[in-house]
Amino acid sequence: MNLTRRDALALGAGATSLAVLPLPALADVPMVGALADFTGGAAMSEGGVSLTAPEIAENGKSVPIEVDAPGVAIFAFGPLAGSQSASTRIRLAGTQNVVAVAKMANGSFAQATKEVKVIIGGCGG
Amino acid sequence: MASGVKPRVKVPKSASAGEVVTIKTLISHTMESGHRKDSDGKVIPREIINRFTCDFNDQNVIDVMLAPAISTNPYFEFQAKVPEAGEFTFTWYDDDGSVYTESKKIKAG
Repeated sequence: MNLTRRDALALGAGATSLAVLPLPALADVPMVGALADFTGGAAMSEGGVSLTAPEIAENGKSVPIEVDAPGVAIFAFGPLAGSQSASTRIRLAGTQNVVAVAKMANGSFAQATKEVKVIIGGCGG
Repeated sequence: MASGVKPRVKVPKSASAGEVVTIKTLISHTMESGHRKDSDGKVIPREIINRFTCDFNDQNVIDVMLAPAISTNPYFEFQAKVPEAGEFTFTWYDDDGSVYTESKKIKAG
């Protein structure tokens, strides 16, 4: 993900922006890589973001996810966005946690995490 | 330009002023991640759509940065506020520099 913190902030100007990242399934979610870039290391609160993803994904090639209030993609909502929600399809290689981080209009960050069990990995080999 | 790229967009035909409408978009694209290898063990070069934007009468609705983890044939569903009659323009930016656009008019009423 070639996105610097500055880009993320610029994208988020005047709008809520959202990042969705798959991370290895771990009990604790470390702030790593793109996630840290996006938040600039700011503390995140749980709640305020809802992440809808299947508990079990049959095919990792196309896992439907939906983020309300959203690594994999950064959604920046413009002035005409009807609501701060969007849905898309992502690739997951295996069972892992999917983390959604939202940058709110007031500059704070919130996150939601959901573990998705993947039956067939979707990243090819 | 990657072959077989075809954008498809679903927008209601009309909306009352200020109404929030749901928009669905899909573009046929292989979204080659750059992590896969071919049968000779060579890495297949990355070729994805890296950005998608939707604007209504030149005002931004959504601007998405895509990473290789987005599935083949990227699909997006989101909501947009329609303040007046006008036109939605959808733009997808390919890694190879190609830009795919699609536009849909929406009537007031």
